[in-house]
Amino acid sequence: MEEKQAVPILEMKNITKQFPGVLANENVDLELFHGEVLALLGENGAGKSTLMNILSGLVRPDSGDIILNGKKVDISSPKDAMHLGIGMVHQNFKLVSTMTVAENVILGLDNEKFILDMKEVRKKISGISDHYNLKVDPDSYIWQMSVGEQQRVEILKLIYRGAEILILDEPTAVLTPQESNELNGIVKKMTAEGKSAIFITHKMDEVMEFSDWVRVLQKGKLVSVTRTGDTNPKELANLMVGRDILFRVEKKKSNPGKVILELDKVFALNTKGVDALKKVTFSIRAGEILGIAGVAGNGQRELTEVITGLHKITSGKLVVEGKEMTNKAPLDLIRAGVSHIPSDRVAMGVVGDMSVASNLAMKEYRRAPLTKYGILHPKRIFNMAKGMIELFMIATPSPLTNVKFLSGGNIQKTILAREIGACRGLLIAAYPARGLDVGATESVRKDIIAERDNGKAVLLVSEDLDELISVSDKIAVMSEGKVMGIVDAETADIESLGLMMAGVSLEQSGEKEV
Amino acid sequence: MRIIFEKRNTISKKAILLVPVFSFIVSLFLIGILLLIFKTNPFLTYASMYVGAFGTWMNFTETLVKAIPLMLTGIGVGLAFRLRFWNIGAEGQLVFGGVIATWVALFWSPFIPAWMVLPLAIIAGMIAGALWAGIPAVLKVSLNVDETLVSLMLNYVAIMIAQGLYYGPWRDPDGFGFPGTKLFPQIAWLPRFSGRAHYGLLFAVLIALIMWVILNRTKWGFELKMIGRNPRAASVMGVRIGSNIIIALLVSGAISGMAGVFEVTAISHRLQQGLSMGYGYTAIIVAWMAQLNPIASLFVAILMAGLLVGGDQVQMMMGLPAAMGLVLQGMILFPMLAGSLFTDFKLKVISNKEEAGV
Ligand SMILES: Nc1ncnc2c1ncn2[C@@H]1O[C@H](COP(=O)(O)OP(=O)(O)OP(=O)(O)O)[C@@H](O)[C@H]1O
Ligand SMILES: [Mg+2]
Repeated sequence: MEEKQAVPILEMKNITKQFPGVLANENVDLELFHGEVLALLGENGAGKSTLMNILSGLVRPDSGDIILNGKKVDISSPKDAMHLGIGMVHQNFKLVSTMTVAENVILGLDNEKFILDMKEVRKKISGISDHYNLKVDPDSYIWQMSVGEQQRVEILKLIYRGAEILILDEPTAVLTPQESNELNGIVKKMTAEGKSAIFITHKMDEVMEFSDWVRVLQKGKLVSVTRTGDTNPKELANLMVGRDILFRVEKKKSNPGKVILELDKVFALNTKGVDALKKVTFSIRAGEILGIAGVAGNGQRELTEVITGLHKITSGKLVVEGKEMTNKAPLDLIRAGVSHIPSDRVAMGVVGDMSVASNLAMKEYRRAPLTKYGILHPKRIFNMAKGMIELFMIATPSPLTNVKFLSGGNIQKTILAREIGACRGLLIAAYPARGLDVGATESVRKDIIAERDNGKAVLLVSEDLDELISVSDKIAVMSEGKVMGIVDAETADIESLGLMMAGVSLEQSGEKEV
Repeated sequence: MRIIFEKRNTISKKAILLVPVFSFIVSLFLIGILLLIFKTNPFLTYASMYVGAFGTWMNFTETLVKAIPLMLTGIGVGLAFRLRFWNIGAEGQLVFGGVIATWVALFWSPFIPAWMVLPLAIIAGMIAGALWAGIPAVLKVSLNVDETLVSLMLNYVAIMIAQGLYYGPWRDPDGFGFPGTKLFPQIAWLPRFSGRAHYGLLFAVLIALIMWVILNRTKWGFELKMIGRNPRAASVMGVRIGSNIIIALLVSGAISGMAGVFEVTAISHRLQQGLSMGYGYTAIIVAWMAQLNPIASLFVAILMAGLLVGGDQVQMMMGLPAAMGLVLQGMILFPMLAGSLFTDFKLKVISNKEEAGV
């Protein structure tokens, strides 16, 4: 290790970027070495995505230099970055959903021949996907794919375009643990071949496993640079948020009350017309958290959408607080006290072109004091928003800033604040900690438990088994649209949960039913 | 050196104001070139256009006469556009509103108290406009039929109905073959305050104010904003998309229908050929130039009306072809559409030095 590292292939020096009301990056330095992985850490809104957007030509810095292979370069568009061999997979994907994989891969390439040889393109794509074990079908449409598959397409696109430096902005936030492992394998293979990567994540175990170097940003400033081997998760978490983080939340024993949510033999189709929910039956009581475990795409999305009135039930019964709510409109379910943290935050959770204050009011605006006789009170909305921004520590220059200008984690916090604030009986939380930093993850788990202690019923969908075990009271495992069994969270063990996720039923898995 | 487009970090307030003004100047410049081709002096032309439209009080009242229907239809289509519902049927909504107002004025007035004739004509005309806009809305919401096509086709249907009536059953028998209905009884005339400029102006201003309040200060306006900007999220938040689109379009059509009522009750006092001179289409330009803001629509409408009136003037004076008016409108629309790019992007000039990274 002491053999004096070679010069870095990429250097960013003194990068500063000011946004209206926020200094997103302040004199940040970065070095990336050949064949290595650099993990970039920091709280939500610390400036990680901004720094990487600068590198990929999406944002121009106010000052600072980028030095690639010893030469100063100017990157003023993603195209420039591509020509320099820098490619980025963004926090929110940028694929065209009505096009196929192959079409997306060549989209925007200007050195292709005028008449496209799609056969050639497909062949090249297959070659790359075989080589890196990136399983994708060049002819399937993006809208048909899960997020994990879409991400593989994004990576494939970069390799196709000859990227030597890969930037991955929170790539694992939307992946299942299995998919994360696969991604790890792909990145390892690429670095072994001399490519380098910068990797943003909020998950400490991934930092330890994936990276060679770690850099930590805090409020736009670089606060630490270490070799991954010389640090540990606890220290990193502390560096990021400036305090110790409990990775496991404490909670009192649950004290269940009356039944709030009941599903009785519910069936539903997915968008392709295939059964997505098969005879799903369970109930949740007041003061109880039911976790839903399972690999994404096994009916979780349909389950949450059926309960919130967004998806049709083909047969079976949905009952909320004793009232039958089968196939009622979303508004009826909202009125019945159901809150919903949706899985796709940008598409379903916020209106990007409206202010943070408006977004925070999007459930409560119907009621006094925000509305009276149909007249809105902007002042009251503003004040309520100010309170929520403080309480949930949403980093925004002002309540009137449009939500689309917030960092990924702060968009998620905006949704959480609104839904937890508006919850009156049942909280449906799909991946609530997705994209949150360690501190915010800890506090959202606490908030969910606090809701439970307030007598709410909670349905928590997550792919993180540790999270499910530590937050929920009971865990239902879903596989191929069926509930394989419901177990007590306290006695559940990861192995038998894993078996059930793979489709083995409860009796066979050896768990005790509750 | 090269010039690149850079996405703006925030939508600039200044750009929102400057872009329409700047695009308008670009339009004047382009039209100037066209005028040169026709061997006319652009400065002289613009000067006489200005005098023609705003030079004297009398000329200005004529400009107002054309501005009133543009204000109303501009506000009407602006509301639909906010929902990304491409209602290009204001023309038909206006015409059908005028037809139904004519029906009230001609055939009901003998049977109802005099004071009721005008209010009833206005209400009936608004309902007619609403109906005409409601058709594409219902088709879109229930069957996902493309609204652009339906609303456009309905323009022709409305115009045909009007023609069928004033050439046929409603034709004035004493009209010396002139295509048009009998003159309305005086009780159905909307009063004018100066020249031909009429009190419809008050309605237009009032509606602009009400619309502004609805859009910015009511629960419904809030929901419309959500639907226009992210319909998926709006529906997750419990907003009913379909019924809101239909209601908004009924309102949109009613406002355009009102414009038609004023055209027959205040200007022509009968239904006749040339009820609308493309106001419903010019309304699209008004709405965009006003950035869909109802209050701004009032001022933009006056500007566009000035252009129409001034354009007519120079057409006659300078002997330009009659189609010139339409060409002018097109030349105003295009720079504006291109200009809207600048509210989201800004130009950045990169010097060679910077590029080489010295
Ligand atoms: N286009 C923009 N306009 C205005 N402010 C912006 C813009 N992009 C980012 N910001 C602000 O800059 C700050 C840094 O944002 P950035 O997206 O870089 O954070 P991040 O570290 O990636 O956070 P997260 O973990 O939540 O994704 C935030 O306060 C954000 O609101
Ligand atoms: Mg980010």
